[in-house]
Amino acid sequence: MSTILKVAAAATAAMLALAACSDDSSSDLATPPATGTEADVTAALQKGGTLTVWAWDSTIKDVAAGFEKKYPNVKINLVNAGTGDKQYTALQNAVAAGSGVPDVAQIEYYAVLQFAIAKSLANISGYGASGLKSSFTPGPWNAVTPNGGVFGLPLDSGPMALFYNKEVFDKHGIAVPATWTEYVDAARKLHKADPKAYLTADTGDAGFTTSMIWQAAGKPYQVDGTTVRIDFADPGAARFATVWQPMISEKLVAPIPPWTDQWFKALADGTIASLPTGAWMPGNLASGAAPASGKWRVAPMPQWEAGGQASAENGGSSLGVPEKSANKALAYAFVKYASVDEGKDLRIKGGAFPSTTADLQNPAFLNTPFPYFAGQKANEIFAKSAQQVVPGWSYLPFQVYANSVFNDTAGKAYVSSTTLADGLKAWRDQSAKYGTEQGFTVK
Amino acid sequence: MVTHAPARPGRRRRRRSLEGWMFVGPFMLVFALVFLAPIGYSIHLSLYRNRLIGGTSFVGLDNYAQAIGDAQLWAGFGRVALFLVVQVPIMLLLALLVALAVDSGRLYGRAFFRVTIFLPYAVPAVVATLMWGFMYSNQFGLVGSINDALHVTLPEPLSAGLALASIGNIVTWEFVGYNMLIFYSALRVVPVTLYESAEIDGAGQFRIVRAIKLPHLRGALVIATIFSVIGSFQLFNEPAIMRPLARNVITTAYTPNMYAYSLSFSGQQYNYAATVAIIMGLITMAVAYAVQLRGTRRK
Repeated sequence: MSTILKVAAAATAAMLALAACSDDSSSDLATPPATGTEADVTAALQKGGTLTVWAWDSTIKDVAAGFEKKYPNVKINLVNAGTGDKQYTALQNAVAAGSGVPDVAQIEYYAVLQFAIAKSLANISGYGASGLKSSFTPGPWNAVTPNGGVFGLPLDSGPMALFYNKEVFDKHGIAVPATWTEYVDAARKLHKADPKAYLTADTGDAGFTTSMIWQAAGKPYQVDGTTVRIDFADPGAARFATVWQPMISEKLVAPIPPWTDQWFKALADGTIASLPTGAWMPGNLASGAAPASGKWRVAPMPQWEAGGQASAENGGSSLGVPEKSANKALAYAFVKYASVDEGKDLRIKGGAFPSTTADLQNPAFLNTPFPYFAGQKANEIFAKSAQQVVPGWSYLPFQVYANSVFNDTAGKAYVSSTTLADGLKAWRDQSAKYGTEQGFTVK
Repeated sequence: MVTHAPARPGRRRRRRSLEGWMFVGPFMLVFALVFLAPIGYSIHLSLYRNRLIGGTSFVGLDNYAQAIGDAQLWAGFGRVALFLVVQVPIMLLLALLVALAVDSGRLYGRAFFRVTIFLPYAVPAVVATLMWGFMYSNQFGLVGSINDALHVTLPEPLSAGLALASIGNIVTWEFVGYNMLIFYSALRVVPVTLYESAEIDGAGQFRIVRAIKLPHLRGALVIATIFSVIGSFQLFNEPAIMRPLARNVITTAYTPNMYAYSLSFSGQQYNYAATVAIIMGLITMAVAYAVQLRGTRRK
């Protein structure tokens, strides 16, 4: 009897494997069905167990402790497997090897689609994730729900704002720029007044570039299943390339690579006078450029059109459950705890910028004074920026790779006579080549 | 039992060869496990292609055809080849001069000198590169400080035109001591009687160097050159660690090894990365073998 069952099972498996082989590429992309139900989550929490969580965000530590306290039969094994692409490399290797895959992984929004398409992340909609749509702002929610599935829950968000050193601005009589044209003029004025000082630093950063294009209402990436369109001649992208070009060719940007010691030092001593970046920046400034506390302020993003109200997201992460996790229901419980329940409150307390609508409208949150910004209620500006994010943006289903070759291609604009527009075109070509090699139809 | 075995020649020969295998067996086992197996696996990998859409398929030699026409690979190869023909002679010449100086016996504080020259080799490449990276920085590093103190503008060591030379400088600094040691040990085994007879014949120091020391160094020179050829083709640590300081100049395909690394770790193109690795391995073997043939050929 059992032998017959085994043979039947083997035959079925073989047939399924054959069917899988003969699948055409379109059904290859089909969103995997949601696994499990909400009841599974409750059962998993009762049963308990151990979860391995890969995250580099510093506030996850508090979340893990809080979760263990609330559910004493669950043990969280928190691992920092590297920041951003380093962690993705480790995760992709673990998935390929089929062992050592964590139960929960932090994934930035730009990388969610790639992991979803590769079927590395589980579709967690069945556990009740699809019911959480109204809890989150649209940008982050759209990023975690490609192709009709739910591949993670938003952890934080990065609506952009202009961080600037008021002391330096005041010293040289520079007004806070309202448009990017004014910003470039301000950069000229500052660098002329003090050749050691720069309005901002930029050595070529894929995330910054795509966010700027996003704010300029550019749509360089259009993804429809396995068909991908990449176009950096699109009006928004072209606008960014034109306005930003003088910043590079007139050497108005400090050639200091971001996140290095000298970058933080330059932020602290006034060498870099402003940064257009995501709302997650305050904590980094407070810890990395502590001596400048009280000198910095936050302003809304400069606009592409005078009087405009556009913003974009820069960075931000979700927590996803890898398909190969052995305990997906319990993993989902942790993800939910960290993104909408008590864990989220712990993270806000730790300085994270939420993506939950309720918190973004909460007066206590909005009225929090930031000592680093001399008591300024910066969250009001960030929350407003979150509402003004230009809709319709999409990243590539292979954005992790594309970003890794940004400096090889577009970066040439920063060290040679290549223009930014040509650099972006080279970036497009390299990304398109990779996309074609990976089986996408690239237009 | 062995002593009672029949003493027929054929049997004995067979047993002797078996004993030989038992001696080399442990080595062969480890050799097969950590050397032959990975190479075999790489060759296997290089015959397939894995796509995000479409999965894995057998492609025969397609990856090799692609590599042969891959401009990025050959640009990186050209870079390490240039590095090889410029940096290696400079480094070996410096090492040779130092070894001859240390060996001459006229150097004051010889032991101290020998250790100091060798010391950079003992510094891990990662630490050394970070240290040089700091010195090269024209913002807050040594170059920046010199610029400020002397009111000059030194050329940027990590600019597009100078990055390869700057990396060559680090590698030279790291390996002069190592090569010096190879040369120096070769010089130590020259029979003293040769020097004595040379002196009796009235030969000066330079004559001794040319007629005795250099010919004796021939073997060591070949070995050092082969190591350096391999090292140049495998250039990875220094540019990879320097990259965060100059991402726009030191690209992900700056050297063939960096290219293979980024293909596999950023692009998930394990199959193509294996192909690149095999091609580079073959080229390195061919060049190293040519050096050996040329070097050991009798005049």
